[in-house]
Amino acid sequence: MNEIKEKLLKPSKETHQDQIGHLISLVCIGFIGILVVAILFFITTKGLATFTTNHVSVIDFFAKSDWSPSQKGPNGKPEVGALAMIVTSFAVTLLSAILATPFAIAMALFMTEIAPKRGQKILQPVIELLVGIPSVVYGFIGLMVLIPMVRTVFGGTGSGILPATIVLFVMVLPTITSMSVDALKAVPRDYRSAALSLGATRWQMMYKVVLRAATPGILTAMIFGMARAFGEALAVQMVIGNAVLMPTSLTSPTATLTSQLTTQMGNTIMGTLPNNALWTLALVLLVMSLVFNVIVKLIGKRSAFKK
Amino acid sequence: MTTKTEAKEIIKTENVNLYYGERKALHGINLNFRENEITALIGPSGCGKSTYLRCLNRMNDLIPNITITGSFTLNGHNIYGPKEDTVQLRKEVGMVFQQPNPFPFSVYDNVTFGLKLAGIKDKKTLDERVEESLKQAAIWNEVKDKLHKSALSFSGGQQQRICIARLLAIQPDVILLDEPTSALDPISSQMIEDTLLNIKDKYTIIIVTHNMSQASRISDKTAFMLNGHLMEVGDTKKMFLTPDKQETSDYLNGKFG
Repeated sequence: MNEIKEKLLKPSKETHQDQIGHLISLVCIGFIGILVVAILFFITTKGLATFTTNHVSVIDFFAKSDWSPSQKGPNGKPEVGALAMIVTSFAVTLLSAILATPFAIAMALFMTEIAPKRGQKILQPVIELLVGIPSVVYGFIGLMVLIPMVRTVFGGTGSGILPATIVLFVMVLPTITSMSVDALKAVPRDYRSAALSLGATRWQMMYKVVLRAATPGILTAMIFGMARAFGEALAVQMVIGNAVLMPTSLTSPTATLTSQLTTQMGNTIMGTLPNNALWTLALVLLVMSLVFNVIVKLIGKRSAFKK
Repeated sequence: MTTKTEAKEIIKTENVNLYYGERKALHGINLNFRENEITALIGPSGCGKSTYLRCLNRMNDLIPNITITGSFTLNGHNIYGPKEDTVQLRKEVGMVFQQPNPFPFSVYDNVTFGLKLAGIKDKKTLDERVEESLKQAAIWNEVKDKLHKSALSFSGGQQQRICIARLLAIQPDVILLDEPTSALDPISSQMIEDTLLNIKDKYTIIIVTHNMSQASRISDKTAFMLNGHLMEVGDTKKMFLTPDKQETSDYLNGKFG
């Protein structure tokens, strides 16, 4: 008896396992934490160097659209105005999300309400396929097919916001759709029976109850789609034209924050103004993705059926 | 059966059989419901009482693989007829569910939901119907200052009465209640029962309940179901005091259930 009792009271191998497991996860978390902080610190210091070391005016950066950090401008200083890129980035992001959302909602309704079985069987693989296509392939199609089409119809070079929007539309569609599907599925069944039992048609049930209850979720889906569009570099770079000019129409060549980064990052020297200016663009991208995350959090907080 | 034979029978059902796939859930049920009466459907779990109730406003249509035979008439017309409009039917035969299921909108939007579906937009009419329905459902005093708060911020019992008000707003002829108080506390249940007694002279009420004392308190007629069969139906008083069948007596006395 005593022997068993003694054994039970002594720390066993299993109690040590618990501590070891704890330690291992702490080490992993710590490592990732340090990594994230390091990345943030690096991008922030590098990004701010444009303003601190090179004394570029913050207002000029956000309000002017002349971008030639490697050459001296008319006033003897290099010009670092990112407005054109910021405007274009927002334009392609908003346009593609606005264009994709109605299609995404229609597909999500089809998959959850109208024909769940067939919808899941046909549309689910389609969405997964769209997610799986690498962005360089989308860009290639855009370059080879869309740009000549736009050129024939609207004239000019064919590159610009319009083809970028169309390419991004296809790229954010699966994100918005699958998240909308989740949002619609999260609407309790009860609401549907309640609506039908009050004499709603199926369409009224979907439109007035399900979609309304799922609105926060669908908005979140849209924001995630926008975050994806905002951050997409390669495909956009292939169709946007890569001229840092304020867009004058949907088909004038221009550049986004990401496309400027991908095209220029090989051409600058660490520590110089052209390089620092690129880091500032990266910082803007980082801050924007943070903003998107905050918006998602805010929407989640006032989600309809969590009171 | 009793003196009230002149009361009109609003719903008549005859030889109702229902199959979930191969499994037969209802066996030849004949049951009629009279206007302005409360009829209670009682029986142990799984006896088919909710299933039967859901046939009356065709909510079972939503379940795949279900077969329903027999005749159902509402005011003399066949509710399973080929040209029957289920949307219209459900405006005439409304339903309150076991779990309170208000929409995640304001109380006002909940109560006006059915009216807006029907295309009523006049603010004054809507306001009047909201007040009237909430008063009928005995919840007006508790919500009148919070009409624009989310219906989900109220207690379960209040939510259930909001659901009843939501239904009363569209003035159905028949109200089906599927165990409306089983998720509620006794005080809320009492309030719902009072509400039902208050509105019964304007509506025909059919209530499925697990709670036998509830059936005895509020219903005029009681139907006892067992394993998909209708065992006995009659005036509530008589049924609870001198049931015809041994099974009914055993169930009412708590020998099984």
